[in-house]
Amino acid sequence: MIRVELPHHLRVLAQIGGEVTLEVADPVTLRRVLDALEDRYPVLRGTIRDHDTLKRRPFLRFFACQEDLSHDSPDNPLPEPVTTGKEPLLVIGAIAGGC
Amino acid sequence: MSKVRVLVGTRKGAFILTADGKRENWDVSGPFFAGWEIYHMKGSPVNPDRIYVSQTSSWSGQVIQRSDDGGRTWAAPGGGVQKSPQGWPMGESNRFVYDTSDETGKPLTTHQFYDGTQHPWEFKRVWHLEPSLTDAEAVYAGVEDAAIFQSKDGAHSWQELPALRGHGTGPQWQPGAGGMCLHTIVLDPKDPKRIYIAISAAGAFRTDDGGQTWKPINKGLRSQFIPDQDAEVGHCVHHIAMSARRPGVLFMQKHWDVMRSDDAGDSWREVSGNLPTDFGFAIDVHAHEPETIFVAPIKSDSEHYPLDGKLQVWRSKTGGNEWQAMTEGLPQQNCYVNVLRDAMAVDSLDDCGVYFGTTGGQVYVSPDAGDHWKPIVRDLPAVLSVEVQTLS
Repeated sequence: MIRVELPHHLRVLAQIGGEVTLEVADPVTLRRVLDALEDRYPVLRGTIRDHDTLKRRPFLRFFACQEDLSHDSPDNPLPEPVTTGKEPLLVIGAIAGGC
Repeated sequence: MSKVRVLVGTRKGAFILTADGKRENWDVSGPFFAGWEIYHMKGSPVNPDRIYVSQTSSWSGQVIQRSDDGGRTWAAPGGGVQKSPQGWPMGESNRFVYDTSDETGKPLTTHQFYDGTQHPWEFKRVWHLEPSLTDAEAVYAGVEDAAIFQSKDGAHSWQELPALRGHGTGPQWQPGAGGMCLHTIVLDPKDPKRIYIAISAAGAFRTDDGGQTWKPINKGLRSQFIPDQDAEVGHCVHHIAMSARRPGVLFMQKHWDVMRSDDAGDSWREVSGNLPTDFGFAIDVHAHEPETIFVAPIKSDSEHYPLDGKLQVWRSKTGGNEWQAMTEGLPQQNCYVNVLRDAMAVDSLDDCGVYFGTTGGQVYVSPDAGDHWKPIVRDLPAVLSVEVQTLS
């Protein structure tokens, strides 16, 4: 069971009350988690990563276990505490000022 | 009893303002899509309860929302209303993919960037939604980086009309301060195959065959900020307005200069006349008097606020050149807001109401074609767009 925490705006958009839990087959990678997330919530396609290139949107970042995974390969295995559900994968919006 | 529904897009959500035909007492609902930028919202002329919304965010990208009940409930087309077998919202209406196929157009890959280098086209957001005049399921979208898309299924799916970018001048297009956006789409009510669009900063284009081919329509425009001031493309057109009663006569607020065309854009002439400044963004035409036009002059291209802190709409009843300041009810001191390009609209009641929103969050109404103004709301987030629906 993989746990994912999304930013407020995306939770509202996808009508998600709180944390998302997903079943993801091994090896658990960022790509596989996002694939599973978008399969369940198609409205999120294009909001976290580009529709076609699947590149992370520039103002979003990925963290887990106090590590910044944003610039890692999406095919790297996620940290073990994430794969066991002990720690969530965090999708976080950049603090880029208010306007 | 007639009533009006004003659709307001702001930096932090959408609002709907409604009143009866007197336009004195207003109900305000919203914010919808709180926290997101609402670049534009517009109702279908065929089914006014169908409203399309461009909901966008630099963080989370583009979402198209739609209401089929006049704004009471919303859903991303395909999401919310339709559910997956597991019951989750479905929706891919935010997918805008540039056409690069050999079959449908020349696969343009670059445009001019701010520094003059070539830059790849990158989708950023939808600036303008223009519902079809004849089909509630059909809607056009003007996007950044500049292109026009079409949906024929109520905004479920979008396809580019690639001939515009394939016109051949694309590598000369360049972004304005707000990005390289296609912000204006004007549909000809008498000729469904004729569409006008405008791009900052490329200029105006017209198709006469439903988007299969396009031609630049910028003759007569002069722009000091480009090396060839009379160039075929490169002009920063801010907005174009046309009276449905007289298709083919166009009014343009350019970066500087208010312009007029009497031949469907084939040629333009300046009609700034006695305006105190002819820089601005918004322009519109009276619903029943095709020679009566409205602009909101802004001091300059670097000082985006009214002259001398006095908020003024200027009206011409002569199709330009002779202008009159319409100020009654508008702040005449210490006002330093802007009126953006899509933030002015007119209703079609007998005495033609005029509406505009400001970056200070005010939305003003004049129920008598500009003679008198009053605020409907004063403290919304910065207003990006204003549209009005006249409902029976």
